[in-house]
Amino acid sequence: MSISFWLNDALVEVEDLPPTTTLLRYLRDHYGMMGTKEGCGEGDCGACTVAVLEDDGGGPTWRAVNSCLMFLPMVHGKRVMTVEGLADGDALHPAQQAMVQHRGSQCGYCTPGIVMSLFEGTYRQDIVSTALADDQVAGNLCRCTGYRPIRDASRQVAGLRPEDRFLDALSQPLERDLSLSYQARGAIYLQPATLAALWEARAAHPGARLVAGGTDVGLEVSKLHREFPAVIGLEALEVLRTLTVDEAGWTVGAGVRITRLAEVVGAALPALQKLLLVFGSRQIRSRGTLGGNLCNASPIGDLAPLLIVLGATAVIAGPDGEREVPLGDFFEGYRQTALRGIEILSRVVIPRPPAGVLVASYKVSRRRELDISAVSAGMWLELDEGGLVRATRLSWGGMAATPVRTPLAEAALIGRPWTRALVEQVADGLSEELHPISDHRASADYRAQVARNLLLGFYLESQEPPAPDARPTATVLC
Amino acid sequence: MSQSPLAARVPHESAVGHVTGRAVYVDDMPLPVGGLHAYPVAAAVARGRILSVDATVARALPGVRAVLLPGDIPGHNQIGPAIHDEPLFAEGEVFTVGQQLGVVIGDSRDAARRGAEAVVVRYQELPARLTLAEGLAAGDTIGEVHRMRRGDADAAMAAAPHRLAGTVSSGGQEHFYLETHSALAIPGEDHTITVYSSTQHPAEVQALVAEVLGWSKARVTVISPRMGGAFGGKETQGARWAVSAALGAVATGRAVKIWLDRDLDMVMNGRRHPFTTDYEVGFDGAGRILSWKARIFADAGWASDLSLAILDRALYHADNTYFLPHVALDGIAVKTNTPSNTAYRGFGGPQGILVIETALDRIARQLGLDPVAVRQANLYGEAPRDLTPYHQEITDCRNGRVIAELTDEAHYAPRREAIDAFNREHEWVKRGLALVPVKFGISFTVTFLNQAGAFLTVYSDGSVQLNHGGTEMGQGLYTKMMQVCAQDLGVSLAHIRHMHTNTDKVPNTSATAASSGADLNGQAVADAAATLVARLREVAGRMLGHGTDVVQTAADPAYDARPEQAPDGRPAWAWVAADRAVSWEAVVLQAYFDRVQLSATGFYRTPGIWYDRSRGRGKPFYYFVYGAALAEVELNGLTGEWKLRRVDILHDMGDSLSPDLDRGQVEGAFVQGMGWMTLEELVTSEAGVLLTHAPSTYKIPAIGDVPEQINVRFLRDAHQDGVIHGSKAVGEPPFVYGMAAHRALADAVSAFAGGAFVELAAPATNEALLRAVGQARGR
Repeated sequence: MSISFWLNDALVEVEDLPPTTTLLRYLRDHYGMMGTKEGCGEGDCGACTVAVLEDDGGGPTWRAVNSCLMFLPMVHGKRVMTVEGLADGDALHPAQQAMVQHRGSQCGYCTPGIVMSLFEGTYRQDIVSTALADDQVAGNLCRCTGYRPIRDASRQVAGLRPEDRFLDALSQPLERDLSLSYQARGAIYLQPATLAALWEARAAHPGARLVAGGTDVGLEVSKLHREFPAVIGLEALEVLRTLTVDEAGWTVGAGVRITRLAEVVGAALPALQKLLLVFGSRQIRSRGTLGGNLCNASPIGDLAPLLIVLGATAVIAGPDGEREVPLGDFFEGYRQTALRGIEILSRVVIPRPPAGVLVASYKVSRRRELDISAVSAGMWLELDEGGLVRATRLSWGGMAATPVRTPLAEAALIGRPWTRALVEQVADGLSEELHPISDHRASADYRAQVARNLLLGFYLESQEPPAPDARPTATVLC
Repeated sequence: MSQSPLAARVPHESAVGHVTGRAVYVDDMPLPVGGLHAYPVAAAVARGRILSVDATVARALPGVRAVLLPGDIPGHNQIGPAIHDEPLFAEGEVFTVGQQLGVVIGDSRDAARRGAEAVVVRYQELPARLTLAEGLAAGDTIGEVHRMRRGDADAAMAAAPHRLAGTVSSGGQEHFYLETHSALAIPGEDHTITVYSSTQHPAEVQALVAEVLGWSKARVTVISPRMGGAFGGKETQGARWAVSAALGAVATGRAVKIWLDRDLDMVMNGRRHPFTTDYEVGFDGAGRILSWKARIFADAGWASDLSLAILDRALYHADNTYFLPHVALDGIAVKTNTPSNTAYRGFGGPQGILVIETALDRIARQLGLDPVAVRQANLYGEAPRDLTPYHQEITDCRNGRVIAELTDEAHYAPRREAIDAFNREHEWVKRGLALVPVKFGISFTVTFLNQAGAFLTVYSDGSVQLNHGGTEMGQGLYTKMMQVCAQDLGVSLAHIRHMHTNTDKVPNTSATAASSGADLNGQAVADAAATLVARLREVAGRMLGHGTDVVQTAADPAYDARPEQAPDGRPAWAWVAADRAVSWEAVVLQAYFDRVQLSATGFYRTPGIWYDRSRGRGKPFYYFVYGAALAEVELNGLTGEWKLRRVDILHDMGDSLSPDLDRGQVEGAFVQGMGWMTLEELVTSEAGVLLTHAPSTYKIPAIGDVPEQINVRFLRDAHQDGVIHGSKAVGEPPFVYGMAAHRALADAVSAFAGGAFVELAAPATNEALLRAVGQARGR
């Protein structure tokens, strides 16, 4: 079976390339389409951005994605647009026109990727603020312009939705069956469409690498040059992309992409929305999945600390059925999870926090946008009528080999009056429970100091009216 | 002259190419049939004796065509641009992780990479010096100490009523051009080669390809089509990769392409020089500097590259824009076992300026004076306050005017008060405000480099090809040169086709560097255009029945466009005399029939500049660029996170050749300078391995780091005599404006200390800021 997809309105078929050939390398090395650039090969610069027509559950929509991290099977059955496909002869697309008009290019090397990010923004209907228009291009680095003209261009085209062939495409039916079984150069890539097919594939290829959005696994190919003899992709498993909402909360399929998570859950949960705005970039969020972020089990995964304090539950599925694990127990060690054998994470149940509970998320990194945290935290606070702490949960990322709670600090708070003196005392005591390491992102001292101060910052935010300094820390100061 | 192409608000000449993906960069060029790929072999230790290099396994791998080591070099194994201390391939000893040992040529990049990884190198490791301090302790310096002296600094220091001493360090900076290094070498017949290179300096690439191959320069053609950013990183260091590809092409007889992925590019190439300066300053009660002494150390990395010239520029800018009545400067370049540091926008100037800007803030805090007032009190002025430490007279310091206008327009005084009030009301969040001016010297300080050539060819249909020695890296040089050419020929921009920079059109060019691209090449283009116009004026005179002295062309400054005389829709681009006019095309065609030469070369050398390094005296700069930035920040004392709230920049652009492009240069340089001063930190392991070798770990500014308000204005009435059409250079000076963010952060940190001076590292990362806040709060 060949990989087939639409590339700028031409149907292409791939039959003899290694299955983990990335879309970017295909465009440049095999198809000879050179407009899309490689600036980093790790999804951190956006020069390789292309657009893919997707339906994440909210209807067909253009999504800007990093082609350097996508294996060709991930676009099987889909429609891909590159920068070469936007103009009609000499007539530029509005995203292109805006970049010329605002002098948004200097050296031009980041420009194709920026145009594709603006292209997505042109058709979005949910860019309701200048901050969101800026966020649309936060995954694109430019070293020449200083961004001001790019920002002007993004704000100009956001939500324009011109009556053109790209808008028309949003009302056309998409290919629903993305299943694939592809074999070439001694490697196999399976994309099952049902759980039954998944169990079968996993049983047949026990060593196969499992991949969802590929924003992390892709790096092993693009940066470490790994070759996988067998890969099982979750791209075609619609069942993992279900997202349901009820009074009790949200049930989010592991395959739900972060962009969709933000649209549905983030919209109702400010602490999550704040976090998701600094989760990777637009391109990363439109490929990365909830399940991928959790199953990767990195101590600096963005979602775990907040979901843990929210009391989320992981639903694990295997060929013999399902079982549930509190998310806090899902992480068993550095990059180790509670998944056994060929089990997968099926979905995560996130309870809706009751009224009156204060929930906060924090992420402190070198740079606000598109960075990995030095320290992150989720915090939960419930006070009784007398101002005593009825319940609290504190969860930390970047402070140990896994996301961790600090039970001693929680215990020291419960039943006591929520005062600055108490909070400072408990914050000072966090060093008993948290023993971070030094690395190239931050020193152990900095991490410890920030963790302490985040708890104090949470206190300042909790005051009514908020203390003058109560600015949401990490992504703060806006 | 409303239709003049000069000073027109035009987009970049390749803007449509950029946004459609049609603009071609070196790695986008198709590889000829049978073409191969190159991948470097890199050293794994920071310093060590090479015991053996074994390529047996590598050569036997499928797809590997050649493994080239020092013994395979037909000419010289040497590519040092100024001092010959940089072998192409390491021999005997390696001096840094990532130093190139050889190159593997393969059928594909992957094949070549696998080959490079299979080359087995054994070392006897030697103790490595990874920092400036370690290099200095080992006494491993380059060349003579550069000394500048004026007056008696020791006596004036002793007599000064106030004295301070301190140390200011600044970190390295990765260029992070979006396009990494790349080259394509295509062998020709009879020992010739054409090399497409992403380089700011095609003539040097040509020279080094020739030397390494043992050929004459005439056999080597180098073309720089366009670069996806350079910032100095492709001034000397593109050569290594172009030469590697050329060597592979000659060895195999096939075209060879080389392209470095981001990690290789960051590990193997040099960056901005880290500097450390020990200073001592004597001053009076008004904050006026009486004596200034500084010992300035530059971390050169393992080879000289341009380090001495970069150190020189740090000394030339140690005064920034302030008169130092008595001054003693020593400059020392130190070798370390790190990649060879190289040119980077500002070229040592910003590192020099940071020291005195820090000291002035410290003086202001000690005396309780406004830091802007202290800066104003120290500006260059009338004689005798007009001499630089290198004895060049400052005849037109515009910064008095700049600071007065900027503080007024940006409401410095009321904002200062508002910020102080804000800071009194907030315990954990403080704001800071700072103004940093710049005076930046324009010219290559190596005098002979200040020359440029151009070559114009006019075809019989009136279309024009424009060639000059400058390269396009995004700064808009090609656009500006088209504007100058169109203006000076009296034609429209549409007449002109800008050709890719090519050593077979204009020989012996200098690098496009030192902000000088438009100044030097613009004059050369104007010179060539003047030659053509003089010839065509005679032709037009004959056609119009007048002598040459009464024929006017659109190129003439006093030319008065007469639309009614040219119904072809291009009225300005005509030749007129009395009541008659002929079009450019008609004159050109007639010139062809009259057998008048329709091509011309142009040349320029900057007049009146010189420098004697042994005496520390001269006039190294043709002129200076002035300006200032005022930045306001908000700092979170809990985490060290901060936000730039606003920046106002008033910049001396002369008469801008291209206002939109110049604004882009100013804004882009500001953000890049801010990155150097704040976000961007290179972290190296104890073994000398770069840990921040990709954007996942090395963070340049992103869109969210840019303030909502970024106001840029050009100084009015700023015509600069003797420079192309009254303009001024723009590439580097505004980089210094980024320092205003750093000084504003220092101001905010001081607010945590009740206004006392607190040391703030550069880069001021969140972590460095939290550390400084901790010191300020006395913990």
